[in-house]
Amino acid sequence: MAKGIWVFAEQLGGQIKKVSFELLSEGRKAADTLGEELCAVLVGKDVAGLAASLGEYGADKVYVVDNAALENYSTDGYTNVIADLIKQYEPSALLLGCTVTGRDLAAQVAQRMQTGLMTDCIGMEVADGQLVFTRPIYAGKVIVKACVPDARPAMATIRPNTFPVASNAKAAEVVTVDANVGEVRQVVKEVIRVASERPELTEADIIVSGGRGMKGPENFKILEELADVVGAAVGASRAAVDAGWIAQSFQVGQTGKTVSPVLYVACGISGAIQHLAGMSSAKCIVAVNKDEEANIFKVADYGVVGDLFDVVPILKEEVKKVIA
Amino acid sequence: MKILVCLKQTFDTEAKIVLDGNGKIDRKGVSMIVNPYDEFAVEEALKIVEKDGGQVTVISVGEQQAQDALRQALAMGADDAVLVDAGDKELDEYSTATILAKAISGMEYDLVLGGFRAIDDGSAQVAGRVAEILNIPVVNVVTKLEVAGGKAVATREIEGGNEVLEVSLPAVITAQKGLNEPRYPSMKGIMKAKKKPLAKKTLADVGLDDSQIAPKVKAISFSLPEARQAGKVIPGEAAEAAAELAKLLREEAKVI
Repeated sequence: MAKGIWVFAEQLGGQIKKVSFELLSEGRKAADTLGEELCAVLVGKDVAGLAASLGEYGADKVYVVDNAALENYSTDGYTNVIADLIKQYEPSALLLGCTVTGRDLAAQVAQRMQTGLMTDCIGMEVADGQLVFTRPIYAGKVIVKACVPDARPAMATIRPNTFPVASNAKAAEVVTVDANVGEVRQVVKEVIRVASERPELTEADIIVSGGRGMKGPENFKILEELADVVGAAVGASRAAVDAGWIAQSFQVGQTGKTVSPVLYVACGISGAIQHLAGMSSAKCIVAVNKDEEANIFKVADYGVVGDLFDVVPILKEEVKKVIA
Repeated sequence: MKILVCLKQTFDTEAKIVLDGNGKIDRKGVSMIVNPYDEFAVEEALKIVEKDGGQVTVISVGEQQAQDALRQALAMGADDAVLVDAGDKELDEYSTATILAKAISGMEYDLVLGGFRAIDDGSAQVAGRVAEILNIPVVNVVTKLEVAGGKAVATREIEGGNEVLEVSLPAVITAQKGLNEPRYPSMKGIMKAKKKPLAKKTLADVGLDDSQIAPKVKAISFSLPEARQAGKVIPGEAAEAAAELAKLLREEAKVI
């Protein structure tokens, strides 16, 4: 009998990702409704000390696999360990953040467990004793509700910023587990971290994004300055990326990243359907554009018709004032 | 070097989507394209064989219409194509991966390429599942690939940077935008593609029956999202508008 809703507690360099706390917060409600345990799975090297923080957000139990070979994420190593744990404890569900790591890991684990996986979800509810997930498909043009009726664990990756974090202090029971890391076939030759103080685009609460209206790579500095006032990430439209003004990894849209920030500030972005697909689940959208007919105004909560080169620097100063 | 490229035919990114009378996605009259991420995979395969020699086979699970997508890959320069037609059965990622892996396991290959996700259901899991079934390593979201001496060295996007991974072949590599610029098929390529072999197979041909591809995920309902309403345009000159915007974001929207 499968039992327990599990949350993969993703950590990087000893820091648990906020999305994992979000999943625990929402998972707590689902676990209570279903009368199941809520468990976190914490994998890494020297991570045992992080277990208590998972209880803060509602975990009844934390399974900890602490192993030097798990210091950095590897597809095979993490898949082997998580699959081992699942076979041992047979949870009914496994939730992961839809992050680079969560997405990579979820597919491998799902196949090894011969189960179903719903990716990039933006909602979760309990209906008829099942976890039902909401996910946008066709780049957000259609919303599907789906479940995994029979196979276990039911798996889902959920977009960061989907659920609020709610503290729900529990003294989580910590269960240290030995799991077999096995052979890791992906051999790391090099890791290149691009030094950035800014948050990861897909996980950022606020994104300041630029498009064709930026006119050149040098002008992204204006956006970066605004971003840094509020701890935002910087994004871009395909037009800016294809023009070579900013790296592909910053692209938001159907052929870039899908983001769900609390606030998305679109500067000099016309709002092509493919761009809207990547950001229209933002809670609040601001558009700054010279062209009052620009499509982006049709989805923006607040619009300023004007030259971004005039508006954005002043906005930065005004934002500084209001948050001071 | 034998390279297999998994390819999916998807709706055009411009396509407007409507639901039919049964509440399902209406495919009628929608223009179809090769999933853009799979085009990166096709291009990469062609570049590898142009340099080192070999053969590129494209493979798709789809209905008869998906032949168009395979023909396009042949026009780009792929050597041959395989279409596994599962009919109009409901498939999920588990089903599709099972079919692809079964078809691939009967073929010779050194490398399996595909897009890291498709732009339609965007699930980004079929290629990884195929690797798991074939018991070969996978490297996802790759933006640079070098293949030599029975190994692949792949640069992949990770949080805040990149990592360079080496795997022994055969392996599954999934393409991210940035890997290359896919070529357009030439007129000559399009003419040649018409004569290139395209094998059509049924589930039975690859050795599967319906029970083996029963989906694990069940779609309960489809709906169209509520359109976002246009909000307010803040009047005034730059200074005035910016000040008002900052105030609204703080006090009304409460997002900063």
